[in-house]
Amino acid sequence: MSVAATGTIDPMHQFQINPLVGNLDGSPFVFTNSALWMLIVLALIFLFMLGGMKRQLVPGRWQVAVEGMTGFVESMVTTSIGPEGRKFIPWVFTVFMFFLFGNLLGVMPLALAGAQPFTVTSQFTVTSTMAIMSFAIVLITGFWRHKHRFFTLFIPHGTPMLLLPLVFVIELLSFMVRPFSLGLRPFVAMIAGHILVEVFGNFVIQGINAGGAVGPAISLLSFVFIVGVMSLELLVCAIQAYVFALLTSLYINDAVNLH
Amino acid sequence: MDLTSAKVIGAGLAAIGVGAAAIGVGNVFGSFLESAIRNPAAADGQQGRLYIGFAAAELLGLIAFAVAMIILFVIH
Repeated sequence: MSVAATGTIDPMHQFQINPLVGNLDGSPFVFTNSALWMLIVLALIFLFMLGGMKRQLVPGRWQVAVEGMTGFVESMVTTSIGPEGRKFIPWVFTVFMFFLFGNLLGVMPLALAGAQPFTVTSQFTVTSTMAIMSFAIVLITGFWRHKHRFFTLFIPHGTPMLLLPLVFVIELLSFMVRPFSLGLRPFVAMIAGHILVEVFGNFVIQGINAGGAVGPAISLLSFVFIVGVMSLELLVCAIQAYVFALLTSLYINDAVNLH
Repeated sequence: MDLTSAKVIGAGLAAIGVGAAAIGVGNVFGSFLESAIRNPAAADGQQGRLYIGFAAAELLGLIAFAVAMIILFVIH
């Protein structure tokens, strides 16, 4: 981790999962840093929601923030699914809040307070679990509502009979790829941003260590670059949470309304 | 050519895909802005589609990045 000691940059170290209780080789109960940070995300969401659910007639600032979140998700779901989409709001809201808080907690400068920061959404297991659950909801809803007619999802209107088998296979493939692309997107976006910040953060230290006239200048340039990248990262955190929730509601719309 | 240099060259080649995705993302936002200035009243209603297009264009760049990372850190 320390650049001065080894001389090389190790940007993947921050994504390592370390056991806090038990060990990773076959112990039945392992409590890792990933699990710890997921619990912290859960606690933060719980506290955030608890502060705003007082149902006052004249809302305070906190209640306005919480109602803004719920209203945002509700309008997103109802515009993409329609009035029937209201029963899917809990899941879309869960996904949105989990990714928003997980992403934002990952870029917080918690190392200054002595904590070893860890981004839960930078693990493919976490994001793909959320993606598979979204996909399972799509499949269950689709087959529950439409039975075998759900397969007409793969046949666009007005397809010529000759092209039907080819179009069916292509649509089926693009449908089956959805959970992978859904889970891959937040994971890679987070990992890329963190690696970029880590590499340029090491450039700052290496530039100071190098000394001379050029070293501090490179450090200063890297530092200015990091400030820009971090503000972009804050935007990306929100956009990735929004995109995941939006795509989830669009996929559910396919299952509910069949085109 | 030994494996290490081949890996580094391969990762560099994979990074070209990220630049291609940058063109795509710029295209999405540029086209949106162009038409949003022509008809600002209709722009707010298309924000969802804007982000769907952004996500689709960005995903391919992210996959290129993932390929570069796999080449660098997974292949020994």
